[in-house]
Amino acid sequence: MKTIFQTAWPLRDNLFVHHPRERTKIPPGTTCSGFQITRIRGFCVLLSLLCSCLVASAQDQGALIINPTVGVLGLTPPIPISIEGFSGEALSVLEFDLYVQGFSIVPSDQAQYHIRGSDEGNVVGRLSLSSRELFSRSYTGQTIRREAHAFADDVVQAVTGKRGIGQTKIAFKAEEPGGSGEVYVADFDGHNAQAVTADGSIVAAPAWVPGRFALLYTSYKLGNPDIFYSDLSTGQRRVFAAYGGLNTSAAVSPDGRRVAMVLSRSGDPNIWVCNIDGSGLRQLTHTHADDSCPCWSPDGRWICYATKIHSRRRLAKISADGGEPEALSTSGTPDPTEPDWSPDGKWIAFCSQSGDYFNICVMRADGSGEAVVLVSGEHPSWSPNSRTLVYNDLIHYRPVLSVLDVFTKQHKNAHNVTGEDSEAAWEK
Amino acid sequence: MMKNFNYRITLAIALAAALAATGCVHRPYGVTPIPHRPTEVADQNPYGTMIQQEPPVQPGPGVGTQPLPEPPAPAGDVLDHTALAAYSIHFSFDSAVIRDSEKAKLQQVAAALNADPTMNLMIEGNCDERGTEEYNRSLGERRAEAAREALVGMGIDSNRIHTISYGKDKPVDTGHDESAWSQNRRDDFAVMHPKPGA
Repeated sequence: MKTIFQTAWPLRDNLFVHHPRERTKIPPGTTCSGFQITRIRGFCVLLSLLCSCLVASAQDQGALIINPTVGVLGLTPPIPISIEGFSGEALSVLEFDLYVQGFSIVPSDQAQYHIRGSDEGNVVGRLSLSSRELFSRSYTGQTIRREAHAFADDVVQAVTGKRGIGQTKIAFKAEEPGGSGEVYVADFDGHNAQAVTADGSIVAAPAWVPGRFALLYTSYKLGNPDIFYSDLSTGQRRVFAAYGGLNTSAAVSPDGRRVAMVLSRSGDPNIWVCNIDGSGLRQLTHTHADDSCPCWSPDGRWICYATKIHSRRRLAKISADGGEPEALSTSGTPDPTEPDWSPDGKWIAFCSQSGDYFNICVMRADGSGEAVVLVSGEHPSWSPNSRTLVYNDLIHYRPVLSVLDVFTKQHKNAHNVTGEDSEAAWEK
Repeated sequence: MMKNFNYRITLAIALAAALAATGCVHRPYGVTPIPHRPTEVADQNPYGTMIQQEPPVQPGPGVGTQPLPEPPAPAGDVLDHTALAAYSIHFSFDSAVIRDSEKAKLQQVAAALNADPTMNLMIEGNCDERGTEEYNRSLGERRAEAAREALVGMGIDSNRIHTISYGKDKPVDTGHDESAWSQNRRDDFAVMHPKPGA
């Protein structure tokens, strides 16, 4: 267990330093599941196609479920799929949903899986693997977009064995010039956005309350950055934290019972924790630095956050019950901020400064290996599938919400409300 | 004997290094807690927008926005940004350390506070546009608090000084170069006069 003391010599943090250009020979007889160590892209593609062909030909009945390999960050080849018979919104929904969950949309003769169907009146769709039909369904009673999202989810479920994210939601802020903005809730692709606030004041850091249809967010509505609790079902809201100084960056534990946040009431911005009803407030960190961005481990035991150690930006984690903070190593990706812990516990996404911009990076939550730089952007938030991130790209210094698959590195801009949308949080 | 002597020296150096390295987890010195908020913080307008939660694969009815019926309650004190506008202090990139060159301006602010014991101070901490949003909100707060600590060190009562961070939300120069950014990395000082009749 590392302590701040041990990480005073940062070069010794990472016991698994990999030179980025290292090539590792594949030992003979290695199977698909064992080749995570390779960085030879062509060999990856060949081996995975070979394996999936072998598995496909061995099937005789029922839906084929291929669980993707644990995944090489940024280098996993996408699953090729073709789409026929759809147009307009249904087509754009299918293309977007599948792309950001690790599929590539290709012509039929290059595809491993095939989607056919229609969207006249309602969405009807079927999925095939080569010539074998896996399922055929009709989706009714919805908007075309929602039906298409439901179909995309069924495709993802059939191919990967995991739930699709097509019907999940994000919360984010949309800013006007001058700094004021409002909090919105939308489909994960940014469509169907609805305003949660109408105050015309500065807002920040929306966070979902697991188990409830509710948000915590920061607003300057009362003349100071305070944290509000909004029940989205009823529209009611109340002040959650309005101590002297800064109240921001609320993050709710995965069991919905505790809230970590940044308060500066002690004289410095530090991490504090309280119960969801506001009771039991306790200060966790006591640094004379600017702590920020707390996030919870999925088991609720740890809080990871950004801090400064010896004036350098670092990520650290601390037990949610208090104790000594431990610095996390993000060697090769300097000046990390804005961590988010994946729901399956395996990864921590964060951003790392590169010149005047930031890159979205992902590291293993256990600290092994090197963090991987993925794309330019800020404020990553994991989807429930632990592979897709919502974040904001920066285009001419203006934030644009985007969605990224960390294994294939495929990403696309979401639909933005004002063109200055940022700080998205994915409902888990 | 020489071996024992070397061992003790090594141990002593290691202990000294350990003490030095753990210095950063000491309780910070020179930090004064933020005074309790004097204004009433109950939200006058508790009703926001109702969002209809759509269950999976079921139609969701349309939702109308319910605008807030009144403007929010004003803060208790009046903020004057002009009186001390000349004394805004600036910071180096990613830093909340008060540079020596800025200390003379802080002394002017302290002198103004000493000259009028009825007025209080709001320190507004700001950042340039680089840097992520939540990080910048904390850094701006740390910058405001650094100035507050310095003023307390000059003898000003800590209860007279409030802080607020605007992160990167309120640049004075919207350019995208160092000359703009250096202007935006700042603390602004606003005078708080008590509301008449208070």
